[in-house]
Amino acid sequence: MLADSDRIFTNLYGERDWGIEGAMARGDWRDTADLLALGPDRLIDIVKASGLRGRGGAGFPTGVKWGFMPKEPRPDRPSYLVINADESEPGTCKDREIIRHDPHKLLEGALLAGYAMRARACYIYIRGEFVREAERLEAAVRQAYDRGFLGAKACGTGYAYDVFVHRGAGAYICGEETALIESLEGKKGQPRLKPPFPAGVGLYGCPTTVNNVESIAVIPTIVRRGAEWFAGIGRPNNTGTKLFCISGHVERPCTVEEAMGISFRELVETHCGGIRGGWDNLLAVIPGGSSVPLVPAHEIIDAPMDFDGLRELKSGLGTAAVIVMDRSTDIVKAIARISYFYKHESCGQCTPCREGTGWMWRVMNRLVTGDAEPHEIDLLLDVAGQVEGHTICALGDAAAWPIQGLIRHFRPEIEARIARRRGFVQVPDTVPPLAAAAE
Amino acid sequence: MPKLIVDGREVEVPAGATVMQACEMAGREIPRFCYHERLSIAGNCRMCLVEIEKSPKPVASCAMPAADGMVVHTMSEKTRRAREGVMEFLLINHPLDCPICDQGGECDLQDQALAYGRGTSRFEENKRAVAEKYMGPLIKTVMTRCIHCTRCVRFAEEVAGVEEIGALFRGENMQITSYLERAVASEISGNVIDLCPVGALTAKPYAFEARPWELRRTDGIDVMDAVGSNIVVGHRSGAVMRISPRLNDDVNEEWLADRSRFAADGLRERRLDRPWVRVAGRLQPASWAEAFAAIARAVAGVGKDRIAALAGPLAAVEEMVALKDLMTGLGSGRLECRLDGSAVAAPRAHYLFNTTLAGLETADLILLVGTNPRFDAPLVNTRIRKAVRGGRARLFNIGPAADLTVPVTELGDDLGLLADLPAALAGALGAAARPAMLVGSRNATAPVLEAAHAVADRFGLVRDGWNGFNILHDAASRVGALDIGFVHGGHLAGLFADPPAVLFLLGVDDLDLAPLAPAFRIYLGTHGDAGARAADVILPAAAYTEKPGTWVNMEGRVQRALRAVFPPGDAREDWTILRALADVLGIRLPYDTLDELRRRIASEWPHLGRDGLEPAEWAPFQGEGAGPPAGPARRPATSHYLVNPICRASPTMHACVREIEEGAGPALLEAAE
Repeated sequence: MLADSDRIFTNLYGERDWGIEGAMARGDWRDTADLLALGPDRLIDIVKASGLRGRGGAGFPTGVKWGFMPKEPRPDRPSYLVINADESEPGTCKDREIIRHDPHKLLEGALLAGYAMRARACYIYIRGEFVREAERLEAAVRQAYDRGFLGAKACGTGYAYDVFVHRGAGAYICGEETALIESLEGKKGQPRLKPPFPAGVGLYGCPTTVNNVESIAVIPTIVRRGAEWFAGIGRPNNTGTKLFCISGHVERPCTVEEAMGISFRELVETHCGGIRGGWDNLLAVIPGGSSVPLVPAHEIIDAPMDFDGLRELKSGLGTAAVIVMDRSTDIVKAIARISYFYKHESCGQCTPCREGTGWMWRVMNRLVTGDAEPHEIDLLLDVAGQVEGHTICALGDAAAWPIQGLIRHFRPEIEARIARRRGFVQVPDTVPPLAAAAE
Repeated sequence: MPKLIVDGREVEVPAGATVMQACEMAGREIPRFCYHERLSIAGNCRMCLVEIEKSPKPVASCAMPAADGMVVHTMSEKTRRAREGVMEFLLINHPLDCPICDQGGECDLQDQALAYGRGTSRFEENKRAVAEKYMGPLIKTVMTRCIHCTRCVRFAEEVAGVEEIGALFRGENMQITSYLERAVASEISGNVIDLCPVGALTAKPYAFEARPWELRRTDGIDVMDAVGSNIVVGHRSGAVMRISPRLNDDVNEEWLADRSRFAADGLRERRLDRPWVRVAGRLQPASWAEAFAAIARAVAGVGKDRIAALAGPLAAVEEMVALKDLMTGLGSGRLECRLDGSAVAAPRAHYLFNTTLAGLETADLILLVGTNPRFDAPLVNTRIRKAVRGGRARLFNIGPAADLTVPVTELGDDLGLLADLPAALAGALGAAARPAMLVGSRNATAPVLEAAHAVADRFGLVRDGWNGFNILHDAASRVGALDIGFVHGGHLAGLFADPPAVLFLLGVDDLDLAPLAPAFRIYLGTHGDAGARAADVILPAAAYTEKPGTWVNMEGRVQRALRAVFPPGDAREDWTILRALADVLGIRLPYDTLDELRRRIASEWPHLGRDGLEPAEWAPFQGEGAGPPAGPARRPATSHYLVNPICRASPTMHACVREIEEGAGPALLEAAE
């Protein structure tokens, strides 16, 4: 279990004052000017050395990403930092907690990150449904301006830096970085083709880096306590602490900061009071938000919860939104519901996703009741393969993976439903218990 | 110069080329729907996916820059599967209504499904249906067929400059629409019909008229404006069914103005198909012999300087030369083609569009004088748009304020400004490296020309490697007529001042001839329009699709059209009528065939014997002493949809006026029915 002294988010549960007084009492904004004095290159080096990987899902090394930004921005093409607070991945509620209870961590991180990448301004694109959170964030920005931490002379240095809060209108796709940029520019939120990447041509055609809220909010603490401290937590290449959002069939669902690489069992036992009905009742876990493939119980229980550990299970850490499902779950229906989500949220720009998500959802719906032909399972797998990797952005992949995971691990269950529906054979109602499945 | 390996073949491509271009240079066909050379890259159809080694996913070749050392596989299993997958997705919600779809036979989706599709359908769900959208009188929509390639959206935004087509909703509910379901207010909207790779946007007037494989295709030249757009006339059983653009990067690229495309149905209406002679105040049907006899009677005993001839806006060079020869035979030199009252005159470079259409794209300053290129020559406006959109050119306008789809600095509707340049314009002209001035021929009167010449001289519009002095003509015949000297010194005003007794009118309909009322009028034309109504003798002639003809566009580019169909009834090719009439009048014209006529033309005007553009030799301007220009610019007399008799006979053009210009939407139209 992560030591309390190693926690970055010390007000994650809102037990203390979220405002600037409370934040400063917890150490935020304490010596920011000194940190800025380290200089942009040193800041990037620290972040690189810390091994921090992007917390938005893809896990790209944050320091490396910052290094793509121009070292000397042209006056007519200023650089921008864009913070992605469009947290819409089903099961994920970590950025929301940061903004609600520790917004100054985010703002201080925004200043340090912006300085490191030589940005002129920062735009925080916040999910449209986060009404109160947007109000709080705006209040926090005002507080920071009032204290002179942000603005023309940020923290008393000569660095001019502005932070703007922009509210989205509630589209999942606007969490994709280039769709977010399009939306921020006032256009329809549709992902752009890459290349060019945002670091070359981003917001308003200027160099831009898009970072997740959590990635930015941990920066001040990393810089203060040193890259070695952060890198010393977790496993190599999967360092640091991470907010896990555990939901579903655990005794006490929660969002908690833990070390990367903690085992699933320890995570749930320590913080969530165990699985509802005991460990034998666990059916499957979606370990990283709705877009990663599910992992059946026997594979996940002792697996390390980090990027590489979950990749070995053909899943992913994603946003670390751990969705736990016990044996009462209709697993096919659960994935069908996720399919509906992706069909609903597809932007419609490119062909495979626009047409494929609807097709997959319709087949999934029939699989829920078994109203299908057995060969349609392979058809569905094939269609998912035709969507995966053929789209402009990763939403196509995200729509395909849960279905691929389901068929990979629960094909007998789907086949049983089809057979039952046809009345051909007697098929047991439930999935075999954990011990049997593990053999 | 990156080097790639495409299917085992090494190709070297220019820097900045895409993988798709590299594949094409290697001789590989890459299927595509959304990609179009003249539009921005959308990359959304995913049909052009190819496998590139070291890339985990197949890559959209239209959007990926070619890089050194790439190894591309366009025929691999991975590429083939990606194409099959995309093709299947495109087809699952596409209706199987090819038998009743006007795109059938020239449909990218049909062709590519055959070449790259799987051949069978695996989709068992219900298909999507999408409500039709109203896009005006020219574009018929069947939106269920739409594959969301967004070519139409990009064309409207980038080329036409009207942001009136776009996508609503998202995911599988995404719909291409004109937002408010109003007619798309663009003079070049018809091009989305060509761009649409499927049958979602088709030509409304042409709906269910003909199948592409039934059409014979003949190359022609458009005469609705002086751009000289290259066209293909599609005809069946002697009737023109449709007109579509032909590729010519120097002239019309691959676009066509709406009136050039859709006025073709006017070729079937109100046609003159027999001679008429006015007897006792009423026009009576007559034979050719009676008509010629009536003309011979009228010409006999009239002093030779009392005979005059006017050439209208649609005439080809051949008939104008024949008419000029006839007039010479009659002893008269009173010829005039500048019916818009302009005073442009030789040397040749002084009445041409010297910058050239393609060259206009490279201008860094464009000054419009008394012209609205959007309506006078829509495809000139697309060039202006390109110049301005590239961020290079600034646009100034002296004349009526106009929405040219690009930012324009309006200097005011006072031609006097040309003699007394506003400081902002003078400064910009002085600083510009490639300034171009476009003087509308309608307003190119002697004072305006003199002031324009002064501006051109003062700011060096004509300099090494650049000629920025342009007359923007609006009549297809005009430059050819000027080339053969179909003018006389007194301009049009001189003609009116000394009214002729006999007047030959070669397709002249848009000129108020009331001051010449006593003259005996011989009208040679195609349509029962104003000119025919006022005529004493009507000689039925051939329209531009019905004769092999030579036209010279505003740049001075000599272009030839072939005959697509025959003229109706007794109507004949214009020059043959004049040749026969000359015989009756006792004049021997030295040619009996078109070839002989063309040889006669080439012997006197060698450049007219050669196709293409020959730059005119520049000559300095001479002082004229016409005084300074003043007052507002002349505006066109009619809607740009009704500029000539063919347009005015076209039900489609009248529908355009009603629904696009007057804004009668579908609701109003329903109420009217």
